Amino acid sequence: MALGNVFDIAGSGMNAQSLRLNTTASNIANAQTASSSVDEVYRGRHPVFAAVYNKAMDFNSNQASSDSEAGVQVLGVVESDAPLQPRYEPHHPMANDEGYVYYPNVNVVEEMTNMISASRSFQVNVEVMNSAKQMVQRVLTLGQ
Amino acid sequence: MAISFDKALGVHEDAMRFRGHRAAVLANNLANADTPNYKARDIDFQSALAEKMNPQNKTIELQTTHQSHREAKGLLVDDGGLKYRTPQQPSIDGNTVEEQVEHGQYMENSLAFQASFTFLNSKFKGLIGAIKGE
Repeated sequence: MALGNVFDIAGSGMNAQSLRLNTTASNIANAQTASSSVDEVYRGRHPVFAAVYNKAMDFNSNQASSDSEAGVQVLGVVESDAPLQPRYEPHHPMANDEGYVYYPNVNVVEEMTNMISASRSFQVNVEVMNSAKQMVQRVLTLGQ
Repeated sequence: MAISFDKALGVHEDAMRFRGHRAAVLANNLANADTPNYKARDIDFQSALAEKMNPQNKTIELQTTHQSHREAKGLLVDDGGLKYRTPQQPSIDGNTVEEQVEHGQYMENSLAFQASFTFLNSKFKGLIGAIKGE
């Protein structure tokens, strides 16, 4: 039943967006987490989305069923390659021998726009699920 | 005397199936609104209807010119009218989903589903009335 797929698809979309919101929250929370060495400093994290393709060949019916409706998946979370921010703060307790501390490469403005986009997309998926629910509920009253 | 449900219900049953399928396709577009390089898809009602009307055009038949040739059925040529959408404002990450367009189409689709349902429901009401003899 195709309408049942809508729930899976919207669910996968909500899942992906909430993961994106999670990474955004982590990035903003750690935006000012200083570190004394380049290796230990927090780096911005971003999820990688990909569409799920469901190209199963059904040889019994002689149909290449190109069912593309399978939702979205998160391939993984990658760390940002953007340059870190070294700051000369010799009185900072984490300062290294030269007096530098390293701040993460998180751009707070970018993260805020990411947050807005993620929450809007989440909302859209909720609405899709809601109207699919109404469609299914209506079908259940057939003939009454 | 038997009631033929196929004749009684008409095209509305197929229409509802089509609407359900299209809802899944559009929901997939909306779920992938932030996926790079995702291409938005939609089902063309015209081609889906044409396929329903003459289903014999669906496969390519291989011609047999020798008696030892074996009969083989071709795969489905088209994919039930599943096409790619042309974006009005292409985005830089290769994604062609336009959320407002998809949302509008989804709402229109669910209204059409409702309409088909209403027709189907009144058909059933008519059948029940005929059975009761009212």
